[in-house]
Amino acid sequence: MNEDNQDRMKRLLQQAVPPVNGNSEPRRDLWPAMLRRMDAQPAARALTGWAWFDGALAFGLLGLAAFFPASIPLLLYYL
Amino acid sequence: MQNGESGVLNQFQQGDVAAFETLFHQHQRAVYGWILRITRNPAAAEDLTIEAFWRISNAHARFEPGRGFEGWARRIATRAALDWLRARRTESELSTEMLAEVAAPVEADPAVTAEIRRKTAMAFSRLPPKLRIAATLAVIEEQPQKDVAAALGISIAAVKLRIFRALRLLRKDLEKQGITP
Repeated sequence: MNEDNQDRMKRLLQQAVPPVNGNSEPRRDLWPAMLRRMDAQPAARALTGWAWFDGALAFGLLGLAAFFPASIPLLLYYL
Repeated sequence: MQNGESGVLNQFQQGDVAAFETLFHQHQRAVYGWILRITRNPAAAEDLTIEAFWRISNAHARFEPGRGFEGWARRIATRAALDWLRARRTESELSTEMLAEVAAPVEADPAVTAEIRRKTAMAFSRLPPKLRIAATLAVIEEQPQKDVAAALGISIAAVKLRIFRALRLLRKDLEKQGITP
């Protein structure tokens, strides 16, 4: 594609997809939403962390019970 | 003032939330405007502004105060917008947004019919996001190529190449539809 064609394509593109209005700004202050995001995310992370930990613990206990059935009464005692 | 600014940047780098709030209020409009230029969707631009600042807040320890905040924030915002473009595949949604109310008034060339403009916008929305974002910022929005390169984390030569490839693909797509630009 030569330079003339490239310029023609640029002009066509500018006609088809006009630039955004340069003075656009958010319709609202985004800080409250930002704060909500910052509050929610650590909680979600903590939740995910605990879910992962719980899963690993349950998996470990099930493995222990499967390989060492004699430990089941002991596990039940501590539950 | 300079000391105050660099103080805020240093405090932000150390994870100070008040400094982050100050930077958020100083830059939210610029970051939103930049994202809007890429997405052309005000609601998505608002969400992505929050997403970008969330990434900025998480990356505070990697921030280098001496290099300034705006360019760094713009780069993170561009990445967030690019992720959004990649996640969306529905071309009709994109094309509708491209012609939405966010666009500045442009004097229409009488030689280019509305149908050709619509088909061009549709073809443009089918381009790979990496090419589309470079062409959007440099050709449609007429941003300096060095700013586009910095925002995309690539060289100016790479920006020029992406624009060239975008325009060539666009031309081929239009030719397939019987439109000779």
